[in-house]
Amino acid sequence: MNLLELGAAALAAAVREGEVSARQAVEAYIQQVQASEPTVGAYLRLDEAGAREQAERIDQASWEERRRWPLAGVPVAVKDNIVMEGMETTAGSKILSGWVPPYSATVVERLVAAGAIILGKTNLDEFAMGSSTEFSAYHPTYNPWDPGRVPGGSSGGSAAAVAAGSALVALGSDTGGSIRQPAAYCGVVGLKPTYGRVSRYGLIAFASSLDQIGPLARTVEDAALLLEVLAGVDAKDATSVDEPVPPYRQHLDQPLPGLRIGVPAEYFGEGIDPVVQRTVEAALQRLAAGGAQLVPISLPHTPYAIATYYLIAPAEASSNLARYDGIRFGLRQPASDLTQLYESTRAAGFGVEVKRRILLGTHVLSAGYYDAYYLRAEKVRTLIRQDFEQAFAHVDVVATPTTPDLPFPLGSRSDDPLRMYLSDVCTVTSNLAGLPAISVPCGWAEGLPVGLQLIGPAFSEDLLLRAARMVEAVTERPRWPWQREEA
Amino acid sequence: MAAKAVGYDVIIGLEVHVELKTRTKLFCGCENRFGAPPNSLTCPVCLGLPGVLPVLNQEAVAKAARAGLALGCTVREISKFDRKQYFYPDLPKGYQISQYDQPLCEHGQLAIYDGRGNYVKTVRIRRIHLEEDAGKLNHLGQRLSDAAGSLVDLNRAGVPLIEIVSEPDLSSGEEARWYLNALRTVLSYLDISDLRMEEGSMRCDANVSLRPHGWAGSLGDLPRVEIKNLNSLRNVERAIDYEVERQATRLAQGLKIELETRGFDDVSGRTYSQRSKEEAHDYRYFPEPDLPPLRLEAAQIAAWAKALPPLPDRVREELKAAGLEAKDAEILVQDPSAVAYFRAAWEAYGKAVPVANWMLSDLARLLNAAKRGYGDAPVPPAELAALLTQIDRGVLSGRMAKEVLEAMFERGESAEAAIRRLGVSQISDEGRIRQEVEAVIGEHAKVVEDFRAGKEKALAFLVGQVMKRTRGQANPEVVNRLLRELLSEPVRPSGS
Amino acid sequence: MGFTVRDVRHVARLARLAVSEKEAERLVSDLNAVLTYAEQLNALTTDSVLPTFHGLGRAMPLREDAVHPSFSPERALSQAPQVKDAMFVVPRILEGDGEGGAEE
Repeated sequence: MNLLELGAAALAAAVREGEVSARQAVEAYIQQVQASEPTVGAYLRLDEAGAREQAERIDQASWEERRRWPLAGVPVAVKDNIVMEGMETTAGSKILSGWVPPYSATVVERLVAAGAIILGKTNLDEFAMGSSTEFSAYHPTYNPWDPGRVPGGSSGGSAAAVAAGSALVALGSDTGGSIRQPAAYCGVVGLKPTYGRVSRYGLIAFASSLDQIGPLARTVEDAALLLEVLAGVDAKDATSVDEPVPPYRQHLDQPLPGLRIGVPAEYFGEGIDPVVQRTVEAALQRLAAGGAQLVPISLPHTPYAIATYYLIAPAEASSNLARYDGIRFGLRQPASDLTQLYESTRAAGFGVEVKRRILLGTHVLSAGYYDAYYLRAEKVRTLIRQDFEQAFAHVDVVATPTTPDLPFPLGSRSDDPLRMYLSDVCTVTSNLAGLPAISVPCGWAEGLPVGLQLIGPAFSEDLLLRAARMVEAVTERPRWPWQREEA
Repeated sequence: MAAKAVGYDVIIGLEVHVELKTRTKLFCGCENRFGAPPNSLTCPVCLGLPGVLPVLNQEAVAKAARAGLALGCTVREISKFDRKQYFYPDLPKGYQISQYDQPLCEHGQLAIYDGRGNYVKTVRIRRIHLEEDAGKLNHLGQRLSDAAGSLVDLNRAGVPLIEIVSEPDLSSGEEARWYLNALRTVLSYLDISDLRMEEGSMRCDANVSLRPHGWAGSLGDLPRVEIKNLNSLRNVERAIDYEVERQATRLAQGLKIELETRGFDDVSGRTYSQRSKEEAHDYRYFPEPDLPPLRLEAAQIAAWAKALPPLPDRVREELKAAGLEAKDAEILVQDPSAVAYFRAAWEAYGKAVPVANWMLSDLARLLNAAKRGYGDAPVPPAELAALLTQIDRGVLSGRMAKEVLEAMFERGESAEAAIRRLGVSQISDEGRIRQEVEAVIGEHAKVVEDFRAGKEKALAFLVGQVMKRTRGQANPEVVNRLLRELLSEPVRPSGS
Repeated sequence: MGFTVRDVRHVARLARLAVSEKEAERLVSDLNAVLTYAEQLNALTTDSVLPTFHGLGRAMPLREDAVHPSFSPERALSQAPQVKDAMFVVPRILEGDGEGGAEE
């Protein structure tokens, strides 16, 4: 049996029953990491020793203990903007080079408590600001389906690791599409939960009112299993919400007869690559053939979403990134006075995209501009939210392409920030509205994956996962890149 | 005396920061304690490490709301937190979590009194908001400007503060002092803060401007000077008086007043410029996304209001109604532990005025000397009452009672035990005193004659002799009365 | 265009970010592009719309006032670039370095 072939639920069951040791699983994945990393570059840091240690702990545990671990022996990759005590965490930035956090994120604690094995930390655009992982201060990550193309971003490392078989599942974070867009580009499943569904404690903040941690996985089932472990209220995060966590995985194959799928006109047509549109539409037709109802709808404020997002997110980011000052942790440049310390440390530590957003955000919050930019954007956010409220009066979920295009070649957009921003057009609305959204592969075009996005009402992850499972069931997937390499 | 500015009204508003006495900090579980070793009360949250989030302390909310209610404010059912952004090494996150446009409490008022307890005016409170304190900087070297650097201690970072902002209703340094005093008194009744200005648990900034008589514009258009970090009531008054004079002098010379922030130099008694308008802040306030709006139930706010203790204004009226003089009432009102002591002693003894008199004279003197307060007085209120009862019963003279009180204070004895140990109980038994009086009359025939001839002074000598024979224990009233009685009788042959 | 090199210098000072001349020029054009794009929001009438500042409109949970163990000073300081006497070291503070000193 090739251990890489097992899904998370199957692997965990095998480890629990002692049919497979956690150590065997870890070794199989470490081997795959070593094979794929030279061409993919998904990881910033591997923790082989830590992974082996945790595997030993699992294998030595009694059956009584092991049976309580839903992720027993499951190798997980964690985006490097999620902190883990004792392991260097950089958020892809030079300003945090060498920083060893003295505490762990709530999601990391939950993973470890569920028996998961953390393999290492994955690459990302610096502070999660980007859509290609090209803005990592360390190295780029390459799309496992085509190394000339980007894996998407900012959770590009996590998505690429799952697609490359160098992790079974992974954690990403999503502020404007940073889980779903790389999931689409890498042909994996990515879920951004409802705002407040998963604790943000220990997630290095980009834009606090938009950020959510979520799972990336090969299958909807694995994503459901991982979300079950991650979700739930956390006393350390005042924005996490005390809503019951349903057994997502158990519900997965419950049918959704007559599911009403809203198809918003604004997400199809202009600005969407015809190849992507055709692939998504074909998938929707297959769902309709299976009994789903396709309902044409309108989300009229969608055209304003990018502008809204690129005022709010940088504003919050400019504030969240003020703590990188060279005093308590991280990079510090030599300086003879305090202002110089701040200015030179931050100039040396932040990359160009982060600087752009800090300055943009500072500007929109500064005296005389707050009302015209920041406040206005927060009002338009209300309008975008209301669009969805109205839509969900008539439909169960909303379906759109996850991205307007196929994965693009490295270097083709990094010099044009506005163009890069516009590629977030399909994903930012659900962050602005706080709604859950999932990207699931719905077909392959030109050998590259295409993602279909499903957006649901707040706390409808259960429904979204079931609907995504339906998409998965009607989608033919080629062999994974790691299966091809093996062949 | 208060500075004068001829042709102008003096307009003063105060911003007072008060550290709340909670067990933990505002947004994390680190202990809120003064004087711990540097950086020993920190965690990821108050260090501002990447990834952390604030969680609001409910006790801080309750204490802030109670402060608002005690100052007559409306407590908002919905308030929100905002980030106030600036870079400084004592501010780990690069922003302070504060409240900007929806503070917890609004629209209150505070009556102020002069040192003799006379009502002066009622000052409006604009708002009270909850925010986190910054850490502490220790400068290497004498002054900030020539320091080689500074050391940052974050124990205080995140300690809960309330900021109480008055309307500009004050018009002199003296009034500002009275206001602060009244504020401190009210807050001391709530036991929500240590209120120690010298330790920084209460801090004051003063805004001072001069308004020309007949000024038609808004107050906001007047050039306003903010004096930062005044650390004692006396310095608040000094700094304001100096500033009023400085501004008046400049205006008299035809110079303008710059909108600026000034510091106060304790030694020279002068204010000095710290930051001019050109360096004005742009704090870039915006709603704190990590904290949803704070919602309080109306019933909760009502319950807090109901549970407030009797506050100074009410206590002051009560004391005056009990017969205390305004001045005495004022002294007691200033100190909630004195009021508690007074109430207990008054209840045990039954009369208010003697209790106040003894508290404010002899007991106060003993407490001062021992550097103690009424809260930990070695003589409990019930024992002061017992002592006063013994005076009423004639067991003790006033002079004896002082002696007994001192003994009680020093040894922590009950009144009864001290009287017994000292053997100072007064002789009021008339038969016994009559014997002594007769003996004295017999021994001092010459003086008796003088008295009978109209020399009133002679009586004092005779009283003194009786007291001497009784070692001071005879009740002087009885001695006096009996002497007069016996001396007014006809002379009888001795031995009859 | 609205956003000038002067503006870049102003916000860079507020954000405590040293910006070279070359960077400043580039930033002017990048930020102008975004701000110009954002002007489309002016087409919407938002006077009567309430802003959405938070991720989800739930009320705030409060924390009990219970002490949790703090870090030891060693742990608190373990990642600091410069430490003295169990405190974080900063270089000297000049006039104008003060809180929020905003102008060039």
